[in-house]
Formats: sequence, structure tokens, C-alpha cells
Amino acid sequence: MAPLVQSSQPWVEKYRPRQVKDVAHQDEVVRVLTNTLETSNCPHMLFYGPPGTGKTTTALAIAHQLFGPELYKSRVLELNASDDRGINVVRTKIKDFAAVAVGSGGRQGIYPCPPFKIIILDEADSMTEDAQNALRRTMETHSKVTRFFFICNYISRIIEPLASRCAKFRFKPLSEEIMSSRIIHICKEEGLNLDPEALSTLGSISQGDLRRAITYLQGAARLFGSSISSKDLLSVSGVVPPDVVKALLLACKIGDFEKANKEVSNFIAEGYPVSQMLSQLFDIIVEAEDITDEQKARICKKLAETDKCLVDGADEYLQLMDVACTTTRALSNMSEEFCYE
Amino acid sequence: MLWVDKYRPKTLDKVIVHEDIAQNLKKLVSEQDFPHLLFYGPPGSGKKTLIMGLLKQMFGPGADKVKIENKVWKIDAGSRTIDIELTTLSSSYHVELNPSDAGFQDRYIVQEIIKEMAKSRPIDTKGKKGFKVLVLNEVDKLSREAQHSLRRTMEKYSASCRLILCCNSSSKVTEAVRSRCLNVRVNAPTEEQIIKVLEFVGKKEGLQLPANFAAHIAAHSNRSLRRALLSFETCRVQQYPFSENQTVAPMDWEQYVSEIATDIVQEQSPKRLYLVRGKLYELLVHCIPPEIILKKLLSELLKKLDADLKHEVTHWAAYYEHRMRLGQKAIFHLEAFVAKFMSIYKGFLIAAFG
Ligand SMILES: Nc1ncnc2c1ncn2[C@@H]1O[C@H](COP(=O)(O)OP(=O)(O)O)[C@@H](O)[C@H]1O
Ligand SMILES: [Mg+2]
Repeated sequence: MAPLVQSSQPWVEKYRPRQVKDVAHQDEVVRVLTNTLETSNCPHMLFYGPPGTGKTTTALAIAHQLFGPELYKSRVLELNASDDRGINVVRTKIKDFAAVAVGSGGRQGIYPCPPFKIIILDEADSMTEDAQNALRRTMETHSKVTRFFFICNYISRIIEPLASRCAKFRFKPLSEEIMSSRIIHICKEEGLNLDPEALSTLGSISQGDLRRAITYLQGAARLFGSSISSKDLLSVSGVVPPDVVKALLLACKIGDFEKANKEVSNFIAEGYPVSQMLSQLFDIIVEAEDITDEQKARICKKLAETDKCLVDGADEYLQLMDVACTTTRALSNMSEEFCYE
Repeated sequence: MLWVDKYRPKTLDKVIVHEDIAQNLKKLVSEQDFPHLLFYGPPGSGKKTLIMGLLKQMFGPGADKVKIENKVWKIDAGSRTIDIELTTLSSSYHVELNPSDAGFQDRYIVQEIIKEMAKSRPIDTKGKKGFKVLVLNEVDKLSREAQHSLRRTMEKYSASCRLILCCNSSSKVTEAVRSRCLNVRVNAPTEEQIIKVLEFVGKKEGLQLPANFAAHIAAHSNRSLRRALLSFETCRVQQYPFSENQTVAPMDWEQYVSEIATDIVQEQSPKRLYLVRGKLYELLVHCIPPEIILKKLLSELLKKLDADLKHEVTHWAAYYEHRMRLGQKAIFHLEAFVAKFMSIYKGFLIAAFG
């Protein structure tokens, strides 16, 4: 096999913190886990919060720091949504792993190697309730020798009996300062030049998701060279140019159906994602000073409905046309009911 | 070979449209560590051409030597084994597949097959690249579950495997997958760009192509290069030498839909609905996707409508297309839309003319 070339890792992996102490902005969990490294003990854990805030990173880091490379395989089981985690797997695989005894443990070199195993269930919110229920028993039976780490975006998707057995930690979206400092660090390592405007653009388009910020940064660096401007970042981020959004809104304002139809068709042909259009429209509508509250309410209600339809897989052209029609009617105070139903 | 395939540019340097994207892609892969990529854009906009050019740029002519394999995978799903049949297209450097072909079992493809492929590093003796590439088509058609299953695979094996995802609408790809990729938007070519391609192909084929006629084909292409080239080739068969104002015939099914629109506007009655139902069935039997039928029908109806009615009819088209997506039998929803339209239109006629 070809040798694994370290440098072929994308930056998101290259700059993933390897130690708990390097995880930024999540002070509470870092404090608890740092303590774990000293006392060699910890409760079951539940990490939840939006994407790209360090959940997976933290779990992997603590596991590595506890056991080191030699014991890692035998002591840590990582299961994520890419593994089948149906009820059977939970019953067999996890049980088998938990059942094999661990020695009395004891520090090996710099690694504490506590006498338990860690089972990391990443992306746990995509497990079925049945599978989660099956886990309850396993957790209880093997509670002496296993620690579970649940990781998810939405805590509400984890059944209460599991959640209540864990110490819960919310991972906050990273603040702009923290993002900036990580980004600046990467820029230094990679020899990139980022002006202050570009830095703040990157902060705002990635909305607290550091993974996204790093991916954009790398994309822009590869495409546009080592001096990166705010424009370069916008172009890799998939943001719809503001004029395009304004043009559609204008067509709705003047109530010109054909024009709106043309704008929408064009928008689709340009390949922009409609979901992105919806969120940018939302921002404009909410801020607008020449639109009444009632009009805003009508339009926003439609945006919400459309978002759901898109998630269901509805056609993007038809959905955006429907939004345009509703917006037109709201802006000219036509009745919400149609006339000929 | 059809012109669409025959004149597909073979390298990034030879593309006629999307030159800017092609050049960017070249820069992108000049280093080893580029991120996963997500190509998105409307059908016929040139995504596949760019992806093929990119593979060639990375791996050289070897990427062209592909073999098609049809393989049955036995997947252990706990209590039973499932057989999944999958067609793959592969060279020594990359594998291309359509995971959504497995329908509701697509999750297994991602969890078992793709993971398996991602894990094993390429047997690249010359050591050109330390990773291999997986091209996944139509990722927007993957179930949520399957998309979720992709997330961690994308991170975990990123040192040995790079993913190139391709889809029409990136709205249907979950945020989690999108944020793990560099997004490459491939817009539909403009009519001018399409004309340029037509001229290029015309020259290669040694044809005289009148400017007006080229513009005409482009205008009827819906900004799809594939469609433009197909109708160019059809016209070539129908009449050559070309004339300035030679007609570009619409496709048969489009003609048919426009007749349906006329039927509906002429008469609104259960009897007419029955007739239209038969015609819609006919289209479905010929494998025209239902949402395409509905969109075309809407656009034909809009041409015939009073401004007052356009919002209402557009709304119901969106409404029934959404329902169709959630349901199973397309014909029910197409028919429901026609019935709704008839009732609205009749109401309008009565209000206007008594
Ligand atoms: N709090 C953080 N401190 C430092 N880096 C982070 C932090 N959060 C995210 N990152 C960066 O973003 C990437 C994704 O983080 P990850 O832990 O996988 O996110 P998730 O919370 O979605 O599991 C990591 O590779 C890392 O580079
Ligand atoms: Mg994660």
C-alpha cells in the first residue's frame, strides 16, 4: 500500500486539537476532563451542541490522553452514524466490547490508563429510540467497567433515561474572537495573509462553526493563493450575492409576476441553493423598515413552511415561486385567502 | 457515440464553458491536502465534465481507463443478510457510484460499502497520491439517514480517501455534509456560452451553422448544454444544410403536455379530467419524472391565464408537488392538481362571465 502521507490531510483534521486543554471556548468540559486526567475517573458524559464546536474532538482527545496509542484499540470503541447501530448491534457489539475484562489498570508512562473502557457514541441523535432503550440495560450491567460518551446536536433526541445517567455539557457556538484566534494561528502555520475585513467576514459566514471556517479558509487558499480577501471567502461559502436577493424582492414589491418568475428561473439556473436564499430573504425581511409587522409575519410564516417542504425534498423552483407569490401578495396587502378556491 | 459524449472536453484545459472553475480546480489539486468537494448545479450544466477533468488532472491518463462492474454486496444487518446490487465505475485511482440507487437501503451502502472503500488505501505503486477518490453521484437523493452516516466517514478516513460529491440541489444535502466540503457551484451556461459550444462542435463536424439557427437552439435549450447538443444532433438528422430559421422541434413529451394544458383550459368537467388522467399516465409510463411534468404543465397553464389567477395556480402546483414527494403514487397528485385547477378556473369564469 502507498504510505500514508501526513500532509494529505485536510486542514480540518490537521488542526484538530489532540489534547483536551487545546479545545477552545468550552471551559466547563475542559475543566472536568482535566480533572479526570488526574483522578483517573469520570462519569458518563453527554456532549451536545451545534456542528463544529469541538464535541468529537474533545471525546477523541480525552480517550487518547487516558490510554495512549497502545491501549487505545482495546479500551476505546468509537461508533458513529456510519456504523450500523441498530438494536442488534447495540445488544451484541457493545456488549461484547464491554464484557471483556480490563486488568486492574495503572499508569503506563504518561498515560493514566484507568481500569475502565470508553464507548463513544458519536452522532447519537441518529440512533433509533429502540436502540437507545436497548442501551439502558447495557449501561447498567457494565457500569463498573465502562464509561459512555454520547455526542449529539440535539439533546432532545436522546431518551431521558440515558440522558439522566450522564453529566451533560453544552458546547457553545464559538465566539468570533475565539474563531479569529484559531484562524490566525492556522494562517501563520500555513503562511497565509488574511486582512481584518476577510477575518471578520469569515467569522460571520461560518456562524460559530469552526469546521466550516477552516474548510472555507482552505478552499479560498487553494483557489486564490496565499493572500485572501473577503470576496474570495464569500465566493467559496455559497452565499447568494445580495443583488440577486434584492432583485427578487423588488419583483415582488412591484407585483410583477413575470419578472419574479424570470428571477426565480435564473436563480435556479445559476445553481444557488434555495435554502440559502430563504435564510438571506429572512434576514432582509426582518430588518426591513418599509414592511409592516403584519406583512413580515405573513412572509416569515411562508418561509418556515417552505423550509420544511424543502427538507421533505420538494422541488426548489416551485417552492421559491410559491414564496415569491406569497411575498407579492403580502406586500400589496392582498388577502391571504385566494379568491376562487 | 452521441455528440454530447464525443465532444466532452477531456481535460480541464480544454473546457469551453466554466473556464474559471476549471482553472480554480487545477490550482486546488496542485497540493495534496485539498478538502472534500461538493459539486452542485442544474442538470446539464457541466458538473460531470469538470469532475472527469479533475480526476485526469490528479491522476493522469490512468483515470480514463475505467471499468464498469455490477456487483452484489452481501450486507450483514444483524438478524438477516441483505443483498444490494450496485454498479460501480472504477479506475485504479477512483471509484464512482450512485448510492441512492439502493433506494431505502442506501444507508447500508454508506455504512458498509463506502466505508470499506474509504478505509483501504490505494495500491498506487508509483506513489502519485497517498489517497484515492470516491465520486458519489446524486447525493441530494440520499436519505437523511444515509447522509448522516456519511458525516464521520468524511472526517475519519480523510487521510486515505477524498470524496467528490455531486448533486443538482444542494438544499437537499444536509448542512453537516455541506460544511465538510468545499462547495463548487456549477451554474448553467448562458445562451452565449452554449452558442460557442455549438459552433465548436459544428466546426469539428464540418457543418455550416447559421448564426440565427445556433441562437435558436440555444434559446430552446433551457440553458442545458446536454439538451442543446442533443437537439443540434437531431436537427442535423432532420435537415441539412441548415437554414437560418429552421425550427427546433420541442421534445415529444413537451408537445404532449402543452396539449394537456389546452384540454384543461377548454373544458372543466369530470369527463375531461378522466381524459387528462389517461394522458398523464401515458407520460409516466414513458418515464418522464412526475415533477418535470408538473412544472411543464404549470408553465403551459400560466401562459394561458389571467394575471389574477397566477399566484393561486402557482401555489397549488407547489403544494401538490410537495405532497407527491411525500406520497407514493405520483398520478394521484398530478390528477389532484388538475382537478384543483379546473375548479379554480371554473370559479373564475363564472365570476367573470356569469
Ligand atoms: N472548541 C474548539 N477548539 C478548537 N478547535 C475546534 C473547536 N471546535 C471545533 N474545532 C475545529 O473544528 C473541527 C471540527 O470539530 P469537531 O469536534 O469534529 O466538531 P463537532 O462538534 O461537530 O463534533 C476540528 O477539526 C477542529 O479543528
Ligand atoms: Mg462530530
